Amino acid sequence: MNFIHKTVSCLVENLDLKNPELKETRKGFGEALIELGKTNPDVVVLGGDVSGSVRSDMFRDVFPDRFFSVGVSEQDMMGTAAGLSVVGKIPFASTYGEFATGRPFDQIRQSIAYSEMNVKICASHCGLTVGPDGATHQSLEDVAIMRVLPHMYVITPCDYNQTYRAVIECTKIYAPFYIRFYRDNSPNFTNPKAPFEFGKADTLLNGDDCTIIASGLCVWESLLAAEELAKEKISIRLINMHTIKPFDTDAVVKAAKETGCIVTVEDHQKKGGLGGAVAEALAQEYPSPVEFVGASDTFGESGKGSELFEKYGISKRYIVEAVKRAIKRKK
Amino acid sequence: MFPNLKNPVFTDIGDLNEMARQIRRDIMNMLLISKSGHSGGPLGFADVFTALYFNKLNILPEQPYADFRDYVFLSIGHIAPVWYATLARRGYFPLEELKTLRKINGRLQGHPAPLKTHGLPGVEIASGALGQGLSIAVGAAIGLRLSGKPNHVYCICGDGELNEGQIWEAAMTAAHHNVDNLTVFVDRNHCQIDNRTENVMKLEPLADKWKSFGFEVFEIDGHNMKEILDTIDKAKKVKGKPALLLTYTKMGRGVSFMEDNYKWHGVPPNDEQGRVALSELFPTKFGDFVDYYNGK
Repeated sequence: MNFIHKTVSCLVENLDLKNPELKETRKGFGEALIELGKTNPDVVVLGGDVSGSVRSDMFRDVFPDRFFSVGVSEQDMMGTAAGLSVVGKIPFASTYGEFATGRPFDQIRQSIAYSEMNVKICASHCGLTVGPDGATHQSLEDVAIMRVLPHMYVITPCDYNQTYRAVIECTKIYAPFYIRFYRDNSPNFTNPKAPFEFGKADTLLNGDDCTIIASGLCVWESLLAAEELAKEKISIRLINMHTIKPFDTDAVVKAAKETGCIVTVEDHQKKGGLGGAVAEALAQEYPSPVEFVGASDTFGESGKGSELFEKYGISKRYIVEAVKRAIKRKK
Repeated sequence: MFPNLKNPVFTDIGDLNEMARQIRRDIMNMLLISKSGHSGGPLGFADVFTALYFNKLNILPEQPYADFRDYVFLSIGHIAPVWYATLARRGYFPLEELKTLRKINGRLQGHPAPLKTHGLPGVEIASGALGQGLSIAVGAAIGLRLSGKPNHVYCICGDGELNEGQIWEAAMTAAHHNVDNLTVFVDRNHCQIDNRTENVMKLEPLADKWKSFGFEVFEIDGHNMKEILDTIDKAKKVKGKPALLLTYTKMGRGVSFMEDNYKWHGVPPNDEQGRVALSELFPTKFGDFVDYYNGK
């Protein structure tokens, strides 16, 4: 495990890959809202009948006057949030990933992105790990459709600590944000004291045979893959691309130049999300071999998150295979 | 707390009606120049816009985003020509700029554009895709109330627009939160793009629908200036629930061949039609911003 000591301080000290601390990313959202509630009187929160699920009830219980239930009406929620922004509030609109993006896309496009409203869309229950709920609730397209919107920030934190920080930090920039997180417990492994800046990717491992660029929960999966690959003397550069927009093209180009090949890993369709962003950047700036790990133009199904990661090709072994393919393609 | 707002600009019904007619002339001239845009809706709602901007709103055109301003949200962005003409007549920007409707590099976008992109004074947020304005107005009203501010919020919706589900989501939100610093206008002209509203998607009994959603509903003649002014006051006094003015108008009001004809929803007059329209909307003491037929 000495490969971890080659890294900068983005990881917590004494990280135990076998037994990491487990915490809900959505709770990072809830805790951050409470902190914002205490420090910023303009912060208001909208509830779409899933406030318990997305943990915005934590804010509601402390600041009931600044929490507004709009019922199960995501389109109205986005419009209401835009109106609150017009009069100077900083509204957080939160629901599950699919219903925070796909359902109200036109409202987000016109009333929030085009209109440059200071609305923070926070989506829980993203990706495959909502598992048993099945494909209707597994948002695998949300990053793609938020990423194409001008003015929109798209943030995909990888753990509790980073979700907390992203939610706090997004209030410091007057712009629409989409922040994506998850339902289940997941490893909490980023160093809360390390620098964190939107649009600046974090390098977690500093290897030089291949770069894995991962987002969200897949950052942890990629750490495990890197450990596996280290046993075969393949050293991995691991980048946590927590900001999909604005995109850190410089970090991607630097990694491609220094390691010669790239693998992208995401709990999302390969097309249009992180993989798409990396491919666009490299095609323009520095064409290089890229392998993609993610959902292959398919919807999900019911099952446990770990089972779905395995079936849909997002688990550790697929990352390991993709790295080997990428290295073979190096010139 | 309000500075000298110079409002109402006009108290005399005759003056207000004359300004409404001038705004109708402005709309026709704008559309003749742009050769693109909507005729019917803008003509139909000129009286309400005049009543708001020249009598009722707490506004200061020189400070379009002053803290004390009343908010106007135009949910039916396609009737932008009447809004632009009214804003220009009220002094938000030069009348000359009305010549730039729908032209490239201009601020008078086909549908109202956001402040940051095009910066047209008086516009708060984009509209065009239908059904979104009421949600925004409700959000603004809730936010103002939370801040303890007295500003009033006005939202202008169409009747065809009521086909959109989001309108009714927003209606529920407004009533649920007892929003009473909001006045909604519904332009009930019975026309939408394809046909009469009742042929495209039945809306009646419309007043009952809104009442059942928790609104205090006032049914008014949208071409009777005194009734518009009086009802705006009454609506503002409603407490504990949102108020709605079901405003009966005629699409294309003031131009005989356009009146009450849904085919004039989304098209401009040609030169010959424009000549007839301007002769029917006879000139006012305020004067035109352009002499279209003499190239000035």
